[in-house]
Amino acid sequence: MLRKRSFVVLSAFAVFSLFAAAGVRAADGDVPDVQTIVNKANVVAYYQGDDGKATVKMTITNKAGQTREREFIILRKDIADGGDQNYFVYFQRPSDVRRMVYLVQKHTGEGKDDDRWLYLPALDLVKRIAASDKRTSFVGSDFVYEDVSGRNLDLDTHELIETTDTLFVVKNVPKKPEEVEFSHYTVAIDRKTYVPTKMEFYDKQGQLYRVIESKDVKMIQEFPTVTKSVVKDLKTGGQTEMVFTDVHYNIGVGDVFEERYLRRPPREAMR
Amino acid sequence: MIVSARGSVTYVVTLLFLAAAMAPVGAAQDEEPKPDPVKEFFDKLDTEYHGFYEARAGYRLQNDRHEKDMSIMEARYQFDLFSMRDWGDVKIKGDVYGDGVEEKGVFDLREANLFMRPADSMDVKLGRQVLTWGTGDLIFINDLFPKDWQSFFIGRDTEYLKAPSDAVKVSFFMDWANLDVAYTPESDSDRFISGERLSYWNPALGDRAGEDNTLSVERRREFLEEDELALRLYRNIRNYELALYGYWGYWKSPGGFNDAMTAAVFPELYVYGASVRGAVGKGIGNAEIGYYDSVDDRSGDDFLINNSELRYLVGYTQEIGRDFTAGVQYYIEQILDYGDYEDNQPSGMPKRDEFRHLTTLRLTKLLMNQNLSLSLFTYYSPSDEDVYLRPIANYKASDHLTVEVGSNIFFGDEAHTFFGQFEDNTNAYLAVRYSF
Repeated sequence: MLRKRSFVVLSAFAVFSLFAAAGVRAADGDVPDVQTIVNKANVVAYYQGDDGKATVKMTITNKAGQTREREFIILRKDIADGGDQNYFVYFQRPSDVRRMVYLVQKHTGEGKDDDRWLYLPALDLVKRIAASDKRTSFVGSDFVYEDVSGRNLDLDTHELIETTDTLFVVKNVPKKPEEVEFSHYTVAIDRKTYVPTKMEFYDKQGQLYRVIESKDVKMIQEFPTVTKSVVKDLKTGGQTEMVFTDVHYNIGVGDVFEERYLRRPPREAMR
Repeated sequence: MIVSARGSVTYVVTLLFLAAAMAPVGAAQDEEPKPDPVKEFFDKLDTEYHGFYEARAGYRLQNDRHEKDMSIMEARYQFDLFSMRDWGDVKIKGDVYGDGVEEKGVFDLREANLFMRPADSMDVKLGRQVLTWGTGDLIFINDLFPKDWQSFFIGRDTEYLKAPSDAVKVSFFMDWANLDVAYTPESDSDRFISGERLSYWNPALGDRAGEDNTLSVERRREFLEEDELALRLYRNIRNYELALYGYWGYWKSPGGFNDAMTAAVFPELYVYGASVRGAVGKGIGNAEIGYYDSVDDRSGDDFLINNSELRYLVGYTQEIGRDFTAGVQYYIEQILDYGDYEDNQPSGMPKRDEFRHLTTLRLTKLLMNQNLSLSLFTYYSPSDEDVYLRPIANYKASDHLTVEVGSNIFFGDEAHTFFGQFEDNTNAYLAVRYSF
């Protein structure tokens, strides 16, 4: 009698174990390796479609609550998903930078700096920009250049540190820590859409000091798109909100990333 | 003198009040401006209306026996109208300002042009426009479009260094290269230093002079006869920007004197040149060369007319810290047929060196979320032994309001060298600008 019960219990346990094991295996199968996750998230964040257009409004708020605004139209064209791409930025506000154009040819090859130009309309001057530090503020906001155009994945090592029902959390450690102001950062990535929803940057002492959150995600054409993101600098108390409107993908952006269009932008960049 | 200075100040203050009265009501609080009737009017015409109001005041930091103490004193309103039509774009930009130094009101039409893209491979811009090309930073070899050195030295915004041209610019875009053709039917000279606002070396007098002895000039005014043609052929090879240039026109600032030495003239000048710009190491490098063919004195023995010259430039710019950029340039002007120049120069007249060496250093640092810009541009000529410093601090107090302080500092060992002649014009200024 006792034996029989034991057997039943054992059997039940074995069956449970079997199922449990199977369950674990099933979950494992759902989790791609970390490189696949970061590659996919990078494409979703910066390479949707072959090209794209958006109107961007930035509101920069300092600790004292004073605000400044930037408004620009951005055209993007990819040369390769996850690889080189071109950006054309046409400023509309504030009025002292109105009609200025910023052109970036982004290069992801190792050791290759981006090529950048700036057009100053009052002087009819096409300037080549020497800036190589991508951790510099973008147009005076709390976003840095790399937040806007994407950080090269090869610059960091990636580790999947957490998997929840809805998120992957990836820890990224720079290969050359002397070139950046952070010790590492984590990115929370939506499991379904691969949209990065939150990035947290830690300083050299391991203190969290900078947070970027996607506050609004919309499906535009078939692409999940962050339409509102906010960066908070916990050290300075400043924050910048970036809102994307008038977003379109695959509009057939031509070869406008050259001097001709710096001096006179294409119509689609001007309205 | 005091009365006249006071008169000017009153004049400018009055203009400022007028400007303030014209400014949108919301301006003072720097909030979202209330509906501006002028803007609304242009909105109805499908035309963008922007511009600024500005007050700018500056003084000489030493006595100048040829000029007023006041170096700049003006209230300025700039309007900028832009309209996109199906067939092209229209742009009109003009400045109205009260000039307290010269005690007059001025209207300066900066741009009035039509832009069209008549074919996929062609752009046309017709009318008054600002034109710029070449690779130098505040040094121009193949950019022979008019400059306003007077505005530059008295402390107006850098925008005013470029004077407009009345021209047509046609650009052709081809697979192998692009070509710009700029034709100016009536030669546009520089707004050169003539003594009105800045004391200068007057070679005819053999001394410094100023508003008491302004330079008389014989201008080139024959429409279609005394014209200018400028070409640029350019292409990018792996993001190295290569260009060839040609220019057929006149010395932009006086390049000689008439026979009686009673007036400065603009002798004929042809220029042929080339430039390259691209990434070098962590920064951007550039090199440019130009051959100045002084057509009226090809042999170099006419002491009244500039000799031909070769001009060379190399430059390099790099970010040297966060929001901190440094740029250096080395520039040489070489007088050709120098022996003939030397032999024919009248005794007692200061001779130019065969080689004029000029170095520049630009340092720019951005602070306070890039709202404060500190910049220093330095020209130093080891051969002329003169220096020109341009320190500028510019603070964007808000999206609309900018405050700027700056200085133009000249010194040199001799009274006749390029920057040394302006020594007594060393000045400092303050400006407040409201942009809308």
